[in-house]
Amino acid sequence: MLRYVLKRLLLMVPLLVGITIVCFIVIHLAPGSPTDLQTDLNPRVSAEAKARLQSMYDLDKPIYKQYLLWVGRLATLDLGQSFSTDHRPVIDKIAERIPITIIINVLSMILIILIAIPIGVISAVRQNSLFDKVTAVIVFIGFAVPTFWLALLLMILFGVDLGWLPISGIRSLNYEYLPPLAAFVDLLKHLILPVLLSAFGGLAGLSRYMRSNMLEVIRQDYITTARAKGLSERVVIYKHALRNALLPVITILGLSIPGLIGGSVIFETIFAIPGMGQLFYMSVMSRDYPVVMGILFIGAVLTLIGNLVADISYAVADPRIRVS
Amino acid sequence: MKTDFWYRFLRNKMAVTGGVVVILLFVVSLLASWVSPYDPNEINLNQVLVHPSLAHLFGTDQLGRDVLSRIIWGAGISLKVGFVATGFSLFIGVILGALAGYYGRWVDAVIMRFVDIMLCFPAFFLILAVIAILEPSIWNIMIVIGLTGWMGITRLVRADFISLRERDFVQAARAIGAGDLRIIFRHILPNAMASVLVAATLGVAGAILTESALSFLGIGVQPPTPSWGNILTAGKNNIDIAWWLSLYPGLAILITVLGYNLLGEGIRDSLDPRLR
Repeated sequence: MLRYVLKRLLLMVPLLVGITIVCFIVIHLAPGSPTDLQTDLNPRVSAEAKARLQSMYDLDKPIYKQYLLWVGRLATLDLGQSFSTDHRPVIDKIAERIPITIIINVLSMILIILIAIPIGVISAVRQNSLFDKVTAVIVFIGFAVPTFWLALLLMILFGVDLGWLPISGIRSLNYEYLPPLAAFVDLLKHLILPVLLSAFGGLAGLSRYMRSNMLEVIRQDYITTARAKGLSERVVIYKHALRNALLPVITILGLSIPGLIGGSVIFETIFAIPGMGQLFYMSVMSRDYPVVMGILFIGAVLTLIGNLVADISYAVADPRIRVS
Repeated sequence: MKTDFWYRFLRNKMAVTGGVVVILLFVVSLLASWVSPYDPNEINLNQVLVHPSLAHLFGTDQLGRDVLSRIIWGAGISLKVGFVATGFSLFIGVILGALAGYYGRWVDAVIMRFVDIMLCFPAFFLILAVIAILEPSIWNIMIVIGLTGWMGITRLVRADFISLRERDFVQAARAIGAGDLRIIFRHILPNAMASVLVAATLGVAGAILTESALSFLGIGVQPPTPSWGNILTAGKNNIDIAWWLSLYPGLAILITVLGYNLLGEGIRDSLDPRLR
């Protein structure tokens, strides 16, 4: 097991280097050099910002040196300073906003698991039943629904027409005067729609995947063996088959991380949630390059870590992975 | 083979429905100036945020422009973005996938690590970061969506090439002295087109979704050019008074994406019924 973990960690190194190279290329995508942006093309970058960019990315040095210096600072988590008027270190700005983004994403992932897996299992076990057919149609439509549009519709329904749920922010104005329990309920009410919608995007994919996976497992020899032993159908399906069908789900969840993190830009902007996604959006709009690049890098690293955790959990759950 | 395809395709309800939707969208966007009841950019400040009625079937927006007309003109924009962006993805994806699959070894290793690296980035983050630097415009959007969407196609094409490269017809081509490029593009690629076609159709749907999200956030197609996404922005800004601004453009996106997805799945089933 330890050897497997070490091997996976080693494999991460080239990916990490690649991520830094892609980020570096994005910074240098600007026609000419990043500092030329302040010309008439983009009046929003001031001369002062130009000078700071110049020193931050060592633009007067040869390109390989620029890269090495930049990566050296990344290694110490020095992502530079924000261009906004507060001039705060980028890493601090991101750090204070990451928790709410991670909480929302973890909650929506739990929701995805709780909803998609039963749907997938039931439609596989009752293949071609009415339930299977109806969910197949819903899943198909689910793939095509723009989630930000669904967000607007739910905001109109629950926020505007029914007035049940707040549609902006993560706490009410009177939050500080509420007793603890009421404050918690207040927070929950604010989180319901964002979590639900962020989960929505992953539901269709996972339930469909779970269904085909379960169908495949049910055809395996060991399931026939379990039936031949005289085990009840329930034990066969929910113990023997389900356990094996669940394994690859770990990988799928790992793969869905970038989508969830990327989606946070949309949800946090729509619902005015002060998380990393909203910070990213605001920084893009105000051309706060150090923050944009910082979040791009952190987002990729979070994905990398998520995939690592998924791979290791898979190895823990399935001994066959460790050996091969 | 070809007649088999059409036979299966035309008997497949999903595929035909998708095909009809896609063709209708093309017709509507080509004939936009005839079918749209108003000029999509005609501002009428006496008719601001008017409820849907016979005069304005989908109502009007905050500047009194007819929403139906803007949705009709937006169809063309969406299709253009969808096709050009997917074109970019295909170009990169097919070439890299073919090289990786055909040559194997270190070429394969390098290309596939590159794919892994690109997959680490939340696509939306990468798109936004590039747009922040390049300024939003319809061309930049198409390029950036294309540049961040080729990884799946690369994997598909690579897998096809790996399974095809040792086949007899490839050996035969090699035996008569065909060069690598000729074998790749004239002999193997045509046999790998099936999965590429399906991926491209689904890719158009994905690109349209991404474009609408970007335009919704104000970093995609810029007003006054009508796009489904930027009409939805107006919907959000007037969320408590004008539901029609939110409902109809989204329905247009949903139907379009559904159409392409149906068509893509339909083509897949018709090309190879075993894949179902």
